[in-house]
Amino acid sequence: MKIIISNSSPDPIYEQVGKQIKAQVLSGELKEGDALPSIRALAKELQISVITTKRAYDELIKEGFVDSVGGKGCFIAMQNKELLKEKRMKTIEEKLGVAVNDAQKLGIPLGDLKEMLDLLYREESE
Amino acid sequence: MANVLEIKKLRKTYPGFMLKDISFSLPEGYVMGLIGPNGAGKTSIIKLIMNLIHSDGGEISIFGMHHGKDSVAIKERIGFVYDNPSWYTHLTLKQIKNLIAPFYRSWDESRFQELITTFGLPLKKRLSTFSRGMVMKSAIAIALSHHADFIVMDEPTSGLDPVFRRELLDLFYEILQSEKKSILFSTHITSDLEKIADFITFILEGTLIFTDTKDNVTENYAIIKGGLSLVDNLTEGLFKGMRKTAFGFEALTDNVKEVKKRYGRDVVVDSASLEDIMYFSKLRSSDDTAH
Repeated sequence: MKIIISNSSPDPIYEQVGKQIKAQVLSGELKEGDALPSIRALAKELQISVITTKRAYDELIKEGFVDSVGGKGCFIAMQNKELLKEKRMKTIEEKLGVAVNDAQKLGIPLGDLKEMLDLLYREESE
Repeated sequence: MANVLEIKKLRKTYPGFMLKDISFSLPEGYVMGLIGPNGAGKTSIIKLIMNLIHSDGGEISIFGMHHGKDSVAIKERIGFVYDNPSWYTHLTLKQIKNLIAPFYRSWDESRFQELITTFGLPLKKRLSTFSRGMVMKSAIAIALSHHADFIVMDEPTSGLDPVFRRELLDLFYEILQSEKKSILFSTHITSDLEKIADFITFILEGTLIFTDTKDNVTENYAIIKGGLSLVDNLTEGLFKGMRKTAFGFEALTDNVKEVKKRYGRDVVVDSASLEDIMYFSKLRSSDDTAH
């Protein structure tokens, strides 16, 4: 597991931890049943507070990425592949929504926006 | 969750200074930083907790026991680092240790030796030859040598270099691996120990400004910067302490969401460090007295 905390990031630390664990679940680096370090061990490794670490884990549990097994610690939960995909689609939709909003404010027509998207998509796949 | 420390409406009056109804608590297993500028009342609060001075009102309970009546039982389980250890300076560290160790039933001599070696402290030199940093290290070594459940430290990092402050942080993380251990420290240098703190309690001129999780504090507080043309139209109460220059203003807010909603892109929002919070709050309180 790899987690890097940035002090200059605008994201709160608990979110940085959560995001990175989620990304590793989505990419398959972390698999169902993998044990996560204990809250206190992770706090020590990352030099962050215990409460911050606890909050990161609590959010992951709430979102269904992690199971807490009483007395044994936290494990990566069984992932529903369809649900994961749906969640990721939703994030993409939200981000596109922001772009559409900005474009409308500037009066950029849909055609131009589509062109931009085409261009970006091709650039990234190269 | 049980509280290791509970303070209710604590009062203490000195000529020219007053602690005003201070209330806060620390759950077992966590770390609290007591912050505030010099003379805010941090040391008085810690002395009251340690039952070294008497309060003029309010209650303190530690491990669920009364801090005065059960003082002996409580102190057995506390590791205490005082800002300015009043030890006999003509004695050596070994002699000081021999004086203090018998007070603790759970004194762990091998732990003490281990810490002394790690800290690079000489056992056989008189304390009068010690630097301030070495005295602090000695106090910390003694406080950590009897498996205390609650570590209380007044300005533990003053006089310590940044390298040792980091090492100390590791030591505290080590202790915190147990869910039964708690730490309270006061400081006006907030950068190092801030990392480990779960809760921040901010005292200014004898008054509690806030006591909250560090995450909430960093989420709600921010430094707002903008042009001078905005200054006259800023909402009252949303800003605490302001610094104006020829080119713009900087102010502290404890409600960053509301500021973003109202002023959006007209202002720059920067995260506020605890030092920023102390500085701007102090500005405001001196404004208040000026009016």
